[in-house]
Amino acid sequence: MQVYRWTLTMALSIVHRATGIALYAGTLLLAWWLVAAASGPAAYGHVQAFTGSIIGRLIVFGYTWALMHHMLSGIRHFVWDLGYGFKANEREALTWGALIGGIALTVLIWIIAYATGGGR
Amino acid sequence: MSAADTAKRSMRTPLGRVRNLGAAHSGTSDFWRQRLTAVAMTLLMIPVLVIIMMLLGRNQAGAKQILGSLPVAIIMLLFIIASAWHMKIGMQVVIEDYVHNEKLKLVSIMLNNFFAAAVALASIYAILQLSSGV
Repeated sequence: MQVYRWTLTMALSIVHRATGIALYAGTLLLAWWLVAAASGPAAYGHVQAFTGSIIGRLIVFGYTWALMHHMLSGIRHFVWDLGYGFKANEREALTWGALIGGIALTVLIWIIAYATGGGR
Repeated sequence: MSAADTAKRSMRTPLGRVRNLGAAHSGTSDFWRQRLTAVAMTLLMIPVLVIIMMLLGRNQAGAKQILGSLPVAIIMLLFIIASAWHMKIGMQVVIEDYVHNEKLKLVSIMLNNFFAAAVALASIYAILQLSSGV
């Protein structure tokens, strides 16, 4: 591995996998939330207490970013699957797009969430 | 006997022997399903985000009312099925890449299937229960 110069696309390939694994683990939270909603007010209260806490908010924020980044990075892979975007500058542009776009969408979603009263 | 000799003696055509195979011995079906579920989730992303926004700050009764409505339930079910399938395939690729011990690999792949199935079934059951008003 040492013979390769570390590139942005290589680093982002690892991030795509890492975010995928994080999302995999995070589905437990999603399942817990849905099961709690079906179980009743007490169980749902536990989920809300957790997601409302500082650590809970950090996890959900991280989950939002992982989801948005993985989606955009995945769209980038889809462009490559279709046979486009293989030139050096195109590869870089797509990769920067996924990186910046993922962060931007995450911030946007959280601004909307707080603006619509989700921060309560 | 080399592979070339085997090919000469066989009645099967070269294409017939390799069709549906590949490194994972299952051909390209996982590759295709990975992309199918990815596109499905990308298309469902905005409706799912809208649903989650609607649920924020509401209590269980409010959440039940929203999640139990037919269009919301259908969108959530489609998203759950696509994500469970997608993550099962994705984690299997990771396992096949990094776990080289054959037995450990098989156990890991099995646990991966159990995890994806359990998460999917629990979520689907919850949505159906919310919809049926039980």
